[in-house]
Amino acid sequence: MSPHITTSSEANGNVSAATARATERAAERAEAAGPRPVTFAKALNTALADAMEADAGVVLFGEDIGTLGGVFRITDGLTARFGVERCFDTPLAESGIAGMAIGMAMNGMRPVIEMQFDAFAYPAFEQIASHLAKMRNRTRGAVDMPVVVRIPYAGGIGGVEHHCDSSEAYYAHTPGLKVMTPSTVSDAYRMMREAIASNDPVVFLEPKKLYFSKDPVDLDALRTEYEAAAAAGEHPTEGHAAVARAGTDATLIAYGPSVSTALAAAAAAAEEGRSLEVIDVRSIVPFDDEAVCASVRKTGRAVVISEAPGFASVASEITARVQERCFHSLAAPVLRVTGFDIPFPAPKLEGFFLPGVDRILDTVDSLQWED
Amino acid sequence: MSAVPGESQAAEAADLDSVCRHFGISVEDYLLPSRGQIQIVDEGGSLRPAEDQGTEPGHEYPLPDDETLLKAYEQLVIGRRANDQNSALVRQGRMAVYPSSHGQEACQVAAALCLGQNDWMFPTYRDSVAVMAKGVDPVETMVLFRGDWHGGYDPRQYKVGIQSTPLTTQLLHGVGVAHAAKLRGEDTVVLAMCGDGATSEGDFHEALNFAAVFNLPVIFFVQNNQYAISVPLSQQSVAPSLAHKAVGYGMAGERVDGNDLVALMAVLGRAVELARTGSGPLLVEAHTYRMQAHTNADDATRYREDEEVTAWQAKDPLNRMTTYLKNKGLLDDAVTERIAAHAEDTAQALRDGLNQDPEIDPLELFDHVYATQTPQLAEQRALLADELSREGDAK
Repeated sequence: MSPHITTSSEANGNVSAATARATERAAERAEAAGPRPVTFAKALNTALADAMEADAGVVLFGEDIGTLGGVFRITDGLTARFGVERCFDTPLAESGIAGMAIGMAMNGMRPVIEMQFDAFAYPAFEQIASHLAKMRNRTRGAVDMPVVVRIPYAGGIGGVEHHCDSSEAYYAHTPGLKVMTPSTVSDAYRMMREAIASNDPVVFLEPKKLYFSKDPVDLDALRTEYEAAAAAGEHPTEGHAAVARAGTDATLIAYGPSVSTALAAAAAAAEEGRSLEVIDVRSIVPFDDEAVCASVRKTGRAVVISEAPGFASVASEITARVQERCFHSLAAPVLRVTGFDIPFPAPKLEGFFLPGVDRILDTVDSLQWED
Repeated sequence: MSAVPGESQAAEAADLDSVCRHFGISVEDYLLPSRGQIQIVDEGGSLRPAEDQGTEPGHEYPLPDDETLLKAYEQLVIGRRANDQNSALVRQGRMAVYPSSHGQEACQVAAALCLGQNDWMFPTYRDSVAVMAKGVDPVETMVLFRGDWHGGYDPRQYKVGIQSTPLTTQLLHGVGVAHAAKLRGEDTVVLAMCGDGATSEGDFHEALNFAAVFNLPVIFFVQNNQYAISVPLSQQSVAPSLAHKAVGYGMAGERVDGNDLVALMAVLGRAVELARTGSGPLLVEAHTYRMQAHTNADDATRYREDEEVTAWQAKDPLNRMTTYLKNKGLLDDAVTERIAAHAEDTAQALRDGLNQDPEIDPLELFDHVYATQTPQLAEQRALLADELSREGDAK
């Protein structure tokens, strides 16, 4: 066996040709019926394939991601297309996966590793928190750590225990890690491409309840858009929140799986005559204080929504930051709608736990409108 | 490296089966370590007769050549001097802490010297002598213990992993470096080090299994110095030896007298050549002894008897090698003086470097957390800068 990796200049040549073809195809399609529905999973899969095509150093590994294509099929077809050296199964050992990725990154590769489920990533925590996050700092900037740790996370799918954790706080609390979580099909593509291009480690949290959600999205156009931004040295999603819905009366701040819930709440509120703005955080670390605070200063009221237990959570951090920065613009305290401070419930009970439209609207109602 | 012993033996090997065919032994006999430790030079410094070296068929090790031995001896002398100099600098308050490898220097030297220019070494916090022997500047090596940063050298420049204190996590980093090299078609070998206590950690298992499953050229080098701080080996493992653990991974294991520099050079030299030819990872256990306490903060009298330490004193790797080379006629007064002078140069460099107060820039704290500073860190950096400037104004 003598695995051969093409050089990046060869790969770049292929990409340019592919981009030209893609642009043509995209143009043809735009004239026709408009983009077809694409799943969140397909957008991630396409982003991974495009990154592998563009950079020979991008390698994927994890449990069941090769022949099977991952339990959620996010790596479907990639072993067949790129070879078993570029997309492969490892022994069943998460610390091994993360630790090996660190070594490969030290030696010039860009590993993208999959943790099969949120709670199954915990055996890798030492490697992630003590080494992946700290290697650049320990070596005084000498060593890049371009590793993406993909983690399907959060609930809403009726999963059994250890398959539904919202574990973002552990990672967000660890300096040296970036933490990203997309909530739309387009962002799934954009954010994965940016995460792979990052020279710092990214914990990429994929809301598993969204994997098979669909949006009419033109992947070819997204690829062209990404390549243009990358060529200009821009990263439109890293460190940048998005306005998911514009509004004037209060701001709902959400990320990942909670964005769709927040949008549903905003739609319901609109019927009752209240205009809610929804901010999709997207990039938990680095956090976009500017965009979040701009919205809250405009509306004067805010609710932070997250599935994770609220105590010492990312929602708590956002609440504190907004309060510190927007105090004089606030007409009411910033409130939170989060998971309760309990272990994630069994499938038949998760509905009572997850932030839902009613709980969000009740909280919005309590934002001291009469004072 | 033409001086590496065993090169010709292993030259045709390509995988485990062909290695076994080459040695004319079964896979089981190849994977299992020898019944005793490989020892080529005994505790008194005499060459043991070949039949007494502890070898079995397929586990014979040719004697390294004189030039290799002399070079290794020089590093041994330098290593002992560096250990003792560093311990003195801790006592003088110039370093926060120093985990000395006094007594283990033969292992330290062999680990570094068995590797080629492009090979990587992954040391533990006790392996500073090996780090220096692989070519890292002595003062850069000591930055971790001086305490002005967590590490003082670029791992990629020297092909030496950065020392840190978690146990066995670095073995997996070594596996990753080897895997990346293999994917690019490079013939890099990785030597990854840990101690006896560390073999109880989960990452030890995961690293060995990954290396074996992916057939990677990694030498796992266990320095069994009998203690994990205070806990003796008998409370870590009841395996026949730590080298036997290799068999469970389909990997060859070997055990060697860790105070016999000649045997270490022979065994590790062959291991590196075997790994380089594609026969997969190997586990080498070296029996040695931590002559001093875990660190200056430890009190070894609480958990071990003086008699035990004295008994190991008689097995000292440096005395043994000096006697052997003298009897072999390789060590006249001129050579001894030259080597002593080199050791003193290293000690002088350590004293000069560590007696100087390092320049500390508190604002550098924010510089290496991310490739590009986040707005939040820029804010915090400005806060500290402001504090510092006000302090400066007050003075």
